[in-house]
This record gives sequence, C-alpha cells and structure tokens, in this order.
Amino acid sequence: MSWRRFFRRAFWDRDRAEELRSYIDIETDENIARGMPPEEARRAAYIKLGNTNRIREEIYRMNTISPLDTLARDLRLALRGIRRRPGFTLAVVLTVALGIGANTAIFGVVDGVLIKPLPYPNAGELVSIKQVAPGLNTSELRISPTQYFTYRDEGRVFQQIGLYGDGGTTITGIGEPEQARALFVTYDVLQALGVQPQLGRIFNEADAKPGASAVRPVMLTHAYWQRRFGGDRSVVGKRLIADSMPAEVIGVMPEGFRFLDMKPAAEVILPITFDRSRLAIGNFGFWSLARLKPGFTIADANADIARMLPIWLKAWPTPPNSAGPPGFEKWRITPSVRPLKDEVVGGVGDMLWVLMATIGMVLLIACANVANLMLVRSESRRQEFAVRTALGARRRDIAREVLVESVVLSLIGGALGVAIAYAGITLVVATAPATLPRVEDISFDPRVVAFAVVLSLFSSMLFGALPALKHAAQHGASIVSSARGASTSRERQRTRNTLVVVQVALALVLLVASGLMIRTFVALLNVAPGFAAGADVQTARVWLPFQLVAEPERVTRMQQEILDKVAALPGVKAAAFASAVPLEGPIRVALTPVFIDGKDYASGTTPPLRRMKFVSPGYFGAIGTRMIAGRDITWNDIYGRAQVALVSENFAREVWGSPDAALGHRIRESAPSSADLWRDIVGVVENVHEDALYQAAPPFVYWPVMMEHFNGAPLFAMRPVNFVIRSDQAGRESLLNGVRNAVWSVNSNMPVFLTRTMKDLYDDSMARTSFALVMLGIAAAMALALGVIGIYGVIAYVVAQRSREMGIRLALGAAPAGLRRMFVRQGLTLTAIGAVVGLVTAIALSQWMSSLLFGVEPLDPVTYAVVLTVLGLAAAAASYLPARRAADVDPVETLKNE
Amino acid sequence: MPGRESPLQSETPQGTLDMLVLRVLVMGPAHGHTIAHAIERGSDDVLQIEHGSLYPALHRLEDRGWIASFWGTSENNRKAKYYRLTPTGKKQLAAHTTRWQEIVRAIDRILNPSTE
Repeated sequence: MSWRRFFRRAFWDRDRAEELRSYIDIETDENIARGMPPEEARRAAYIKLGNTNRIREEIYRMNTISPLDTLARDLRLALRGIRRRPGFTLAVVLTVALGIGANTAIFGVVDGVLIKPLPYPNAGELVSIKQVAPGLNTSELRISPTQYFTYRDEGRVFQQIGLYGDGGTTITGIGEPEQARALFVTYDVLQALGVQPQLGRIFNEADAKPGASAVRPVMLTHAYWQRRFGGDRSVVGKRLIADSMPAEVIGVMPEGFRFLDMKPAAEVILPITFDRSRLAIGNFGFWSLARLKPGFTIADANADIARMLPIWLKAWPTPPNSAGPPGFEKWRITPSVRPLKDEVVGGVGDMLWVLMATIGMVLLIACANVANLMLVRSESRRQEFAVRTALGARRRDIAREVLVESVVLSLIGGALGVAIAYAGITLVVATAPATLPRVEDISFDPRVVAFAVVLSLFSSMLFGALPALKHAAQHGASIVSSARGASTSRERQRTRNTLVVVQVALALVLLVASGLMIRTFVALLNVAPGFAAGADVQTARVWLPFQLVAEPERVTRMQQEILDKVAALPGVKAAAFASAVPLEGPIRVALTPVFIDGKDYASGTTPPLRRMKFVSPGYFGAIGTRMIAGRDITWNDIYGRAQVALVSENFAREVWGSPDAALGHRIRESAPSSADLWRDIVGVVENVHEDALYQAAPPFVYWPVMMEHFNGAPLFAMRPVNFVIRSDQAGRESLLNGVRNAVWSVNSNMPVFLTRTMKDLYDDSMARTSFALVMLGIAAAMALALGVIGIYGVIAYVVAQRSREMGIRLALGAAPAGLRRMFVRQGLTLTAIGAVVGLVTAIALSQWMSSLLFGVEPLDPVTYAVVLTVLGLAAAAASYLPARRAADVDPVETLKNE
Repeated sequence: MPGRESPLQSETPQGTLDMLVLRVLVMGPAHGHTIAHAIERGSDDVLQIEHGSLYPALHRLEDRGWIASFWGTSENNRKAKYYRLTPTGKKQLAAHTTRWQEIVRAIDRILNPSTE
C-alpha cells in the first residue's frame, strides 16, 4: 500500500484486469493447442484462474487506506445531514461559535499578556531584581546604586545588570520647550535587553564615566524622532538641551522598541551616571534588571545576591545621618529576583486567569446545550440507525458517524468563532484599560487560530461523545421493534437531566462571580477616597530643575508666583500644589523613616518607613481632603522657616490614639543624632486612598514644600510639583492655556505636563474593576441564557414526549393547572439540584477571586441570595412556558393520533 | 469483509509464494501465466495453486519494489505483462532462501531426531 497507489488505484485496477485477460488468452491458446475445443478451452482457463473479481478486489484493497476512505464517506454523510437540517445546524453552530469565539478572544489576550515572551532576544534570561526588607515594614525595596556596583563587580550569574528609572526631562533648543517622557538607564540596561538601534549606537561603558564629556549622550525613540525631527536620518550628532544641560543625539531606537511596560512610552533615553567615589549606602530608588548567564536560574540569582549583600555592606560607607551598618543589618534585606515578565505583567495575571476560567465555563455550558440538542436529534434518528444496524452496520460505524458530524459542526462553529474572536480581540485592544500591560503584544495570530481549532475539536468530543456512546450501546433489534413506541428511554432522560444540572451549576458559579464583581464595584464607588475625584479638579505638573534655578527659596517663590497667577485666572475657585496628587501610581511613592519624639530608639534602629508628600498651603482644600484637627500650613510657616508638619488620621490614631492627641507632638525624618530638626505636628487630615481605591489608605506624613535641615540639606525645596486647580473649566484648553501662560510668564523654559483631571485618574483606577466587571457580566449573561435555554429544552421535550399521556389525563378530568405544576416542578427540581452543586463549586472557587474583590467577602450572603433568586425565577419561567403547552393539549386530537 | 486466504497461502507458511515467485524470476523475465506453470511444474505438481492467487502476490511484490513489470508480447504473440527481478528482489530471495532452509532443517531435526 502506498499513497501513490492510493491515488492511482483506478489505473491499477484497469491494468490488472487487462493482465488477467491476458492470462486467459494465453491459457486458452495452450488448451486449444492441447486439442480442446475453443469454448471448452476458455472455460478451463477461467477455472484455472479462479474468481477474477475476487482477485481484483483483493488488489484494490491493498491499494486502500481504509480509515481515509471511511472518513470521506462519513464527511459526505455529515455534510448532507447538516444541509438537511438548517435549524438544528444553526442552533448548534451559533452556540459553539459564541463559546469558542469568547474563549479564543480571551486566549488571545492571555497569550499576548501572560504567555508570549517579552519582545527581546532570549527573553527567558531576563530578570528583575528587587528586595524585601522585613525589618523596615515595607514589602518592597528598590535597589541602591551601591548595590548595583557590588552586584556588577562581584556577581557570578549575571551577563549584564543595570539600573533604570522613568520620569521626564525638559527638552529645549529645538523649538517650544517640552517635557519629554524620559527613560533613565545605566549603560548596561539596553545591552542586557539585547536591543539594537536603528541609527547610531546605544550607550556603552564610556558613557557611564561621570564628567567624561560636558555633553550628555541622548537616544531618541522612533516616535519622538519622527515627531520632533521629521525622521531626519542625519539626526545623530545633533545637539539639544535636556534639563538645561547640553546633550547630543547618539542614536535612534527602532520603531517596535518598547521599554518593558513603561506608560506613557519613553520619548528620550538618557544615561544614569554615578560618581563612585561619592556614593554611600542608601538611595534605594532605582529599578533593576539583569540578564542571567545561560544555565543559571532565578534561585541561583537569589543565592548569588544573598552572598553579595554582606560584601556590599562592608564595601561602602554609610550616610552620615544613618545608624551605620548595624542599622542596615536590622532591615534584614532579602533579594527577590523574579522573571522580568512577571514584573511587567504585575497583578493583572490573576484577573486574566479568572476571566479565562469563567469564559471556559461558558464553553462547557454551551457544550452541554449542544450535547442536549444532539441527543434530541439522534432520538429522531433512532429508526434510521436501527434499520442500518439491522442491515449490518456496526455500532462502531454509527458512533463514528455521529462523532464526525459533531466534529464538522464544531469546526464550522469554530470558524465563525474565529471571526468573533477577531472582533473581540480588536475590541479589547481598542478599549483595554490603561492598567492592562503589554496591550501591544496582543494580536490575532496563528497561535490564536490554532487554539480555536484545538478548542473546536475538544468541544466536538465533549458534545459528540455522549450521543455517540449512546448509539454504541443500542441493540439493533430492540430498537426496530420499539422505534415507534411511546416509551422514552429513562436512561436518555437521565442523561439530559444531568446535562441541565451541570449547566445550572456552572451558570450559578458565573453569576456568583459577576455578582461579587458588581458588589466590588459598588463598594469602590462608596469608598470615600479622601479627595475630590470630580471632573472640576485639574492637575498639571511643573518642574523647576536645579540647572534652571539653583537656590531653593527661589524655587518655592517662583512656584508661589505661578500659583498666584493661576489662582487669578477666570473661573478658578482654589489652587495649590504638592509633590504628587492621589492615584498617580507607584512612580510618586516616596518613603521616609519617621522618628517620633518621646520614643526610645536603640542605637542603630530605624523606625518603619512612612509615605510622605510635600504640600503647599491650601493643598488639602483644593484637592478636597478634610482637615480633622489643627490647622493647615501657611506661607508664613514656610518663609518663616517654622518647623511644622501634618499627618494623616490613621497615622495619628496609630501613634497617639486620636487625631487631637497628635497635635503638638514632634516628628523628624532622620535620626535624632543628625543635624536635621524636629517638626511640630500642627494638623491632622483625613485618610486618603492615595494608591488605588481598592487599596487601604496608607498612613502619611505631609511636609511643607520648603524646609530647613531636611535629609541632610540645609534648605530643601520640592522642585517637581503638581498644581491642583479647582475650576469648572477643568480639562478645557482655555484653562490649560491660562496655566501655561502663567508658567511661561515666570520662566519660558518650563514645560507644563501631565495635565489630567482627577476624574481621569479616578477612572483609570477603577478600570481594572470595570474591565473585569464587564467581561464577567457578559460571561454570566451568556451562561444564564444558555442555562435557561437548557431547562426550557428539556421540559419542552418531556412535554412533547408525554403529550399522549397528558391527553388521556385531561380526558379523564385532570386539572390543567395541576399538569402545568407537574412540569414546572420537574424543571425546578433540576434547577435545585444544579444550584446545590453550583453553590458548593462557587464556595470552593470564590476564594480564588478574592484578589479581585474589595469591600465584599467571597462568601457574601447578599450576592448568593440574589443569584439564587434570579436563577430560580429564570428557571421557573423557562419551565412554565413549555408546561403551559402541556395543559393546552386537545385530548381529542392527541388520542385521535393514536 | 476480510478476504479468504488463497489455497496455496493457507497451506504453506506466509511468504512462501513470494519466495517461489522470486525464484522463478531468477531465470529471467516472465509473465504471470509462465510463472504459475513454472511453480506447478517445478514442484512436480505437488504445489497446486489457483493461478489467480498469484496476481495479488505479484502486486504486493511489485509494490515493495522486489520485482518490476513491463508490457510485452508472449511467445504466441499475445500481449502480456512481464515481471523481472530487481536487485532488491535478488537480495530478498537470498535472505528468504537461507531463512527457509534454516527452518526446514530445524523442523527436520525435530521430526527425525534419530538422524542427528
């Protein structure tokens, strides 16, 4: 047997037939030669040769690939059956298409965000390096430049290790001043990523030497190069001013380059350089990534860093206002190396897997529905199957045929599902919340299509296996005799009932999931954020770099000058500024140890780190944070160098028991032995959900925007600040133009950037929950609809099967209402069993969702009660509709049909 | 419906007919009719074969590449399909013959232990 022969078997058959004829001719000739009469001679030749047809058949079979042959026949049969029953086909195909389409779309998202490697060569070697410091009361500690040097010099597992940070830089010298999104990297970061420039070169070790050149090297991203330089290919070597310092363009990154999940994307890339001779332990403000040498694991990297930590602590000086090496030892720094992908993906993995699981359940429900349809349909084909069995068809043949039909239906549904998935993925990419990382990596690609095909085959096995098995279990003769009979196989009904129970159970799980999401959403809406999240609060960031204005008091005075001009704009009700506004994200998280007067600090201990923020007078009023006790900071405090501070309510309660009790106590940000000063607490303000509405309000310390003796500096002023402006004009160009003019009238080299209203920030913060809510809502609605259809289908079928019985009952005087109740009860019984199974499943699974929930317990009784009620009502309606038909049976008609 | 074995195959070990066909073709190309008669005569008519059963065997051997076929003219001017041995076929015949003789010797030893 061979493929060549398979496709040429007609030819071979003709060839052999001719050969056999030739044998007859020769044998006849010989027989005649032996003296036989011609007729006798030919007959003898045929006898000698044997049955020619059987010989040809035997050869033909040798040339056959028999599974292929039967498959072709089954396919023809299946397609014929599909064409003959358009209604059934449409129902099955649409159900399957929805299930597969939704799953494929979610898979596309999961694949792009969670599964695909990062878009760098050998991305599996890339890791992020962080550390935890249990002794510091902080879950995460970034990396200090001193650690970077120790790890680079002493490390055994890294090919490259680098530090990076993001922010902005003021670009002047090429037109209007502009705040460009900047990525700051040590020279080895881009090397570790393994990326190549489109023009020029990337940073090298020579760029890392401080003061190597008076002109800083700068790289441009493709988009910025296009926007500011019109894609000029001779841009390498051009000069510009970055933060008031001359810089020279050394290279341009290619179009597809993205740095991790930096949002908004970087426009320029600047080198971070350190003067090693002036570094001391501290400044844990940098992110770090590294490329492992081939063959090394995350565990190796953690072990290597753990080995180097003591070396690091010995090798570097400790800062003057710290408690020295013993102090740092008490931090109990522990390395936490993770795959870089995990760092990029962040916490969104939980949500996506929950979504994937819920949509997977929808597919299971859809398959249960289709299996039910197939069972009903095969019921109507029992006679056909019986006759064929009687004629010699094997049960295996019929089962295979049913299965092939399922596969064909499922693949058609799958093809339609791919179209749905394409639309779905396009929609997700277009509407994805800003918090969804790696949106650029989500695409409709062959992997997604392959997933749809596999899912189609899997689904066809799910819903085709039951009917196929049922047929395999039938006995031909018994079916022929009972084909017309009214007795329904109890076993078949049991199968259908089981399917409905499964559907109801799964639907309940999904309803609970989406119910919990709704409760979470409502709970979030009810959170008092501690600030005004309205569209009438405008924020805008302005930065006065050191190179522009060196003297700290001058900085604050210029900021106040801008503030006065902004406050005078038409329609502005209140204005102030601060180092950050709420919900700006991890980029604005600033921590400081806070020493409390009256507490005894053993030498070398550092108190827990606290969140801090620098505020101008009037900030709390403008942002809408209530004053709980005491008073706000005043300009007189600031310019009079008064040592004052405010704390949040939870901070006050934690340390002193009540907000009022905190007033008059003193705090400081560095050890009492240092030159820095104690500050009096003059006010206590409301708690603010600074990071996200679903995260607890962190205890806060608020410092004035300018202070004496802060963090080792004789006079400190906060240079980058967000202005907060209350106005009905917020978000409009008219107000923003007014703000820009106010800023530029003070200094024309200062850009205004990050102009957002608090409502924008609020919506972004809610985006994760609303995204999950919408997706779960869709899944639950589909599940409920499919479950209801399932109940309806089963009850309708039972009603149809028993219409003769109903006719007799009615004729004998049964009350229609009683008959209706009988069927509704049957539907509700199934629902109740399904609900119990679903409840157990939901309770088991809901813990899994807890990371997505806020303000609601996974076992929230309200959710469960509402879901059960909704399900019960839907099931009652789904059973009542067909049940009504049972009572409408005309007894005369039914009995006449007998 | 599984095909019944042809008489010769059912009475002799599997592959025997193949071996006999190859043996006949060692003498030179021949067509089916000649091969059938040659086997019968060569065995002094001990091996009576239904000549038709030869053709599936020829087909199988050709499929394996042990023999090759061409259309020619018979001694008495009839169109006939001729078969010849390929180099692979020659090797297979040698291997089969050796194996066959080993089996025959082994069986003989069992049937006639006294001769040893």
